[in-house]
Amino acid sequence: MSNGELRVVSPPELWGLAAEFSTVDAFLAAVAACRKAGYVRFDAHAPIPVHGLDEAMDIRPSRLPKLVFLGGLAGCALGLLLQWWTNAVDYPFRISGKPLFALPPAIPVVFELTVLFSALTAVLGLLVANRQPELYHPLFELPAFARGSDDRFFVVVEAKDPRFDRHGTEEFLKSLGAESVFPVEVR
Amino acid sequence: MSQPAIWDNSHDQPGHRAPLVLGDDSFGAITQRVATIVEKPKPPRWWTVTFSISLAFTVVLLAMLAYLFTVGVGVWGLNVPVAWGFDITNFVFWVGIGHAGTLISAILFLFRQKWRTSINRFAEGMTIFAVICAGIFPAIHTGRPWFDYWLFPYPNQMQMWPNFRSPLMWDVFAVSTYFTVSLMFWYVGMLPDLATLRDRAQTKLRQLVYGILALGWRGSARHWHRYERVYLLLAALATPLVLSVHSVVSFDFAVSQLPGWHATIFPPYFVAGAIFSGFAMVLTLLIPIRKAFHLEELVTTRHLDNMAKILLATGLMVGYAYGIEFFTAWYSGNHFEAFTFYNRALGPYSWAYWIMVFCNVVVPQMFWFKKARTTPWILLVGSLFVNVGMWFERFVIVVTSLSRDFLPGNWGIYKPTWVELLTLAGSFGLFLTLFLLFLRFLPMVAMAEVKSVVPQAGLERGPHRGHGQYWGEIPHQHEEILGGEGREQR
Repeated sequence: MSNGELRVVSPPELWGLAAEFSTVDAFLAAVAACRKAGYVRFDAHAPIPVHGLDEAMDIRPSRLPKLVFLGGLAGCALGLLLQWWTNAVDYPFRISGKPLFALPPAIPVVFELTVLFSALTAVLGLLVANRQPELYHPLFELPAFARGSDDRFFVVVEAKDPRFDRHGTEEFLKSLGAESVFPVEVR
Repeated sequence: MSQPAIWDNSHDQPGHRAPLVLGDDSFGAITQRVATIVEKPKPPRWWTVTFSISLAFTVVLLAMLAYLFTVGVGVWGLNVPVAWGFDITNFVFWVGIGHAGTLISAILFLFRQKWRTSINRFAEGMTIFAVICAGIFPAIHTGRPWFDYWLFPYPNQMQMWPNFRSPLMWDVFAVSTYFTVSLMFWYVGMLPDLATLRDRAQTKLRQLVYGILALGWRGSARHWHRYERVYLLLAALATPLVLSVHSVVSFDFAVSQLPGWHATIFPPYFVAGAIFSGFAMVLTLLIPIRKAFHLEELVTTRHLDNMAKILLATGLMVGYAYGIEFFTAWYSGNHFEAFTFYNRALGPYSWAYWIMVFCNVVVPQMFWFKKARTTPWILLVGSLFVNVGMWFERFVIVVTSLSRDFLPGNWGIYKPTWVELLTLAGSFGLFLTLFLLFLRFLPMVAMAEVKSVVPQAGLERGPHRGHGQYWGEIPHQHEEILGGEGREQR
């Protein structure tokens, strides 16, 4: 707006602190230390799936596999019902003396629909559980975070965490061997 | 230990895991090597040339389809008795090609074959494009693609439903499920790498496009946790799928009453053949591309060696199936069955049969020798032979069985017309066009996965350390927290 009016610009708000690590092991140790120190609203970001991270962060096993099993059951039931109802009930048509409905010739379609529904449940479940697509996130404001998908590991403590303290947390993260600690700000 | 410029990592040393990434295997170097391929402002000259040629053949394919749709299937050489010719041969050929991608991405994943990480993205891409090419043929082989929607079970004004007791209907479900699941597997696997490209983007457009494609992936631990779960589930789902798809395709033949088709050996025989042909296609594409993009340190000699071994193993299975078919024909005591196989080897299409035997059974025998498995150009030539041989296998199965069945009065000869030949060539054009676009715009090596198999992925934790030797210092600072399980396992 260049018409001479004054525009009030709100100061950037601190969203959290991001500590950068360059090795997997230092990162993993830092994650475990954060949990031990009692932080709850923190997250770890890695360019690779890190073995042992779930234990270090105490992530509960995902419920997705159970959901996928239910999806598979739904596909299986749909496959059976579809073939039985269309070929034996709604449109009975005797072809080459075959029974109108029998299990053996129904297996391929039942199998395919089971797999299809399980896979769709898995992928859609992943996106819903991860809240993706999420095209904006405060971390994307941090230029250093671009290397988080390349070769750097980040431990991020949110300002909302009850134990969060701008300086105390920063010192704590540095003491864990962070290369540097960046404030993450949202405008 | 001195390090030559390009190592040969195909040797097995007991007690040591062979390195899977050669040269600089730091995380940054891996990103750099893969991402720069798609970040160059201009593609290499060879890419432009091959892309133009492929695009021209894609146009040929479209022209042939337009001609077919306007005139009808009479432009092909099909007749009665040979009502299936190039169309179904090409369909089975292309579906088969796809199987290697799923085998590499799913089955080798379940078997924890970590060498797959360098080639799985590439092979999965090949799967998608091969299935696209395959899908064209059943859709057009009646010459009336505007009725294809009749294949889908939906309530309609004709008050009819498709016949689910027909293997052709099973095929619709098998191939469409296979395509959907392969596409999701490929895309989910690519999310972290798309995020890498987004984060490295130098232009607004690239940032926007890769940003949208990456769906906001930011490598969060909780996301990775679910992601790994889902990836494992998809691999477990795709594994029976890959075995089922070609089994269902083989039912198209095996469920019929025709000698030469009506055989219980067909499902495993087709699956082995599919994996055989698919690995041959992976090698045919990978060897030149690895050279052109200087990826020898990611796709190493060991990778080629392993793939050649799979080629040899599946080739032997296919050869065994050829042999057992003759045995069954003789042992069954069925006159028509015996004649079909006599006719295959010595009848009017015997030339096709012997091309098939030479390419699929004789040529792969050279892979017993390590020299042939580890020399790229020999492997390339061998894989080209297998590609040709596997196309002829499908041609032999489809055409020889139809051309001479029970009654000599019904016999006939099928010859493809120029339209069919150009349609086949055009399908290769489409395949390569899609493939070259993939190489140009998407990461062709799964960066995040490759990074997780190098030593840096868990230096201080022996069991989690990746493949290969690490020459640097291991700090051993974090053992208290990490459990210190790694020290002895250097």
